[in-house]
Amino acid sequence: MDNAGLTLDGVTIAKDGAQLLAVSHHVAPGEVLTVMGPSGVGKSTLLAFVTGTLAPVFDATGRVMLNGQDITDVAPHQRRVGILFQDDLLFPHLSVGANLAFGLPAGGTKAERQAKIADALTEVGLEGYASRDPATLSGGQKARVALMRMLLSDPCALLLDEPFSRLDTARRAQVRDMVFARAKARALPILMVTHDAEDAQAAGGTIITLQATDAS
Amino acid sequence: MLGPVAAGLYGTLLPAFGHLPVAGQTGPNLNAFRALFDWPGLWDAVRLSLTTGLLATSVSLLIVMLIVAGWSGTRAFGALERLLSPLLSVPHAAAAFGLAFIIAPSGWLARIFSPWLTGWEQPLDLLIVQDPWGLAMTLGMITKEVPFLLLMTLAALGQADATRSVAVAQALGYGRLTGWLKTVFPRVYDQIRLPVYVVLAYAMSVVDVAIILGPNTPPPLSVQVVKWMSDPDLSLRLQGAAGALVQLALIVLGLAIWRFGEKIIGWAGKRWIVAGRRGRADPLVGGIALGIGAVSALAILLGLASLAVWSFAGFWGFPDALPDGFTWRNWMRHSGGISDALFETAVIAGAVTLAALVLTIGCLEAECRYNLPFSQLSVWLLYLPLLIPQVAFLPGLQTLFLQLGADSGRGPVMLAHLIFVLPYVFLSLADPFRAWDSRMGTIAAALRASPDGVLWRVRLPMLLRPVLTATAVGIAVSVGQYLPTLLIGGGRVSTLTTEALALASGGDRRAIGVYGLMQTAAALVPFALALLIPALVWRNRKGLRHG
Repeated sequence: MDNAGLTLDGVTIAKDGAQLLAVSHHVAPGEVLTVMGPSGVGKSTLLAFVTGTLAPVFDATGRVMLNGQDITDVAPHQRRVGILFQDDLLFPHLSVGANLAFGLPAGGTKAERQAKIADALTEVGLEGYASRDPATLSGGQKARVALMRMLLSDPCALLLDEPFSRLDTARRAQVRDMVFARAKARALPILMVTHDAEDAQAAGGTIITLQATDAS
Repeated sequence: MLGPVAAGLYGTLLPAFGHLPVAGQTGPNLNAFRALFDWPGLWDAVRLSLTTGLLATSVSLLIVMLIVAGWSGTRAFGALERLLSPLLSVPHAAAAFGLAFIIAPSGWLARIFSPWLTGWEQPLDLLIVQDPWGLAMTLGMITKEVPFLLLMTLAALGQADATRSVAVAQALGYGRLTGWLKTVFPRVYDQIRLPVYVVLAYAMSVVDVAIILGPNTPPPLSVQVVKWMSDPDLSLRLQGAAGALVQLALIVLGLAIWRFGEKIIGWAGKRWIVAGRRGRADPLVGGIALGIGAVSALAILLGLASLAVWSFAGFWGFPDALPDGFTWRNWMRHSGGISDALFETAVIAGAVTLAALVLTIGCLEAECRYNLPFSQLSVWLLYLPLLIPQVAFLPGLQTLFLQLGADSGRGPVMLAHLIFVLPYVFLSLADPFRAWDSRMGTIAAALRASPDGVLWRVRLPMLLRPVLTATAVGIAVSVGQYLPTLLIGGGRVSTLTTEALALASGGDRRAIGVYGLMQTAAALVPFALALLIPALVWRNRKGLRHG
């Protein structure tokens, strides 16, 4: 069996005894699994389970495997699972460059690190932005910095939590294409939750649709 | 928090029932209480504690509620809000001295209107400050408790959905103030109930303000207890301990009366709400409330100004509004004492605040890292040292420290300060710490930052402003502590506050001005830094300017 990729093995999440969702699926490198459903059905809890930050009020079963390794009980910061939210969540106290440096694993000389950051900025058309205050960037620019910050940390999978819903329609397709292109170029398995049909279509992978249950 | 309070109470209980081996007394017996009840001033002292405490608390609460009801969201309110931190940080003693300098028969008010309006060439022979009814003392408490309750109310407003409730009430034809009182007040009061109890307990047992503004013959019970406790005659300690227990019972009685008042107000309020009156007197009532609030803020600010003027005053004859000349002489004369006291104050405040910060951040971080719920019980525990009168457990704590062999000195004083600083630091930091967007932590962890890395590299830098504010609050609380420094320090630890209070009976206004001003500065400068440092450090970070 080919182990590469992100595997959700019999994952169920329940709250107060009522099951919110059940997913069992293998996402191969470069592929996208989209989980759709109206808000309030607990889509985001699936991502929280994969990142290891599920609130204790939820009861989860099942295993999460990443490239053949069981990461279900690994600490969040050692899982190498990247995530992007609908908000850019750039650290407001750091410059754009320092935000990227935060993502970059330790090691290398100062010059090497700066070169990597400059390359990352160039890759998304933001050369020369390293010293900028993130709060002065436009929504689309922030989204691009957030993407590169996550990719620089060298994750083995990428999770997307409604990542494009805050962007206006003009930027939306552009940023979306960029995210999928960069992630696929790095052969990352992608798990996306969204309520937007257009995002799901554009992802071009398997789509699982969750139904609102009475419990939610 | 329970430990030191319980131990202190126990250490008060024993001597109250006649057990104090150090003084050669072994109990149990009721001699101490008998001696206490034989003291002729007891009933006046008890009455003073009750009336000043209840009056100061209810008036402060009334002023704050009417101001917030009538003005929250307006420009005038914004101005008052900006004054809040500095007003809060002014130590009680300095504010009380300032007030005394204004309202005394030879104070600024009388000077400004004399002799052209009043015709007074000599100060009136009137006991305004230290009046037998304790009115000056009540006034002093009100000026300091209004900013405290206002801050607590502002924090509670966010959770009470105030803006929308008032908008709905106004759409139904209610005046702004009436609408607020009828819709928001019940929810807000529920949130600030504990702080109100703290104010009541504090106002009933305050010592430093009472020494400065309260009557002498007899003084309020708490002051008399402290006198007995610091008397060289050890046998008086028994009587003092008994008095401390009576003080504790008084506070319980005061709280019971207050609870009863809550019930009555609640009952009357419900009738008032369903009666449907829209509040035509709103503008008038609101105007009066804002006026009183402004006067009480002004009383503190003018008081500080009068401290400053006195500290630089040369010769200053009675009806003159200002001294003949200004001089550095007063400051020179006290420079030695001031620098010693300032050093002691800074060392204690710095160490205590640092310890409180470490404990607070440790608790809050553990709470979110291990998902420990923060129960209502822990909130009460946190407030406990603020509710139990200081005179009731500090003497016991002092005895305990002595028995443990701890020399009465700086270390024990720091521990005692920590009991009072920790709750304030915790209360000041808890809300911003919990309000931090936890997705930032998720992102940082996804970027492979360890939990400690998230705390040090993301959370604390983002929370720089609230952390510094909590630091300033901690320092201000420590600087203002009188009783713990005096009792636990055994009179051998001299801070700016104890030195200033020691001057109270002497009436050397220039010296009081110097020490009072230094005491204020020691509390105020950290607040200024807490504003300045984040503004400087994050001057290029727009995202943190309002955070």
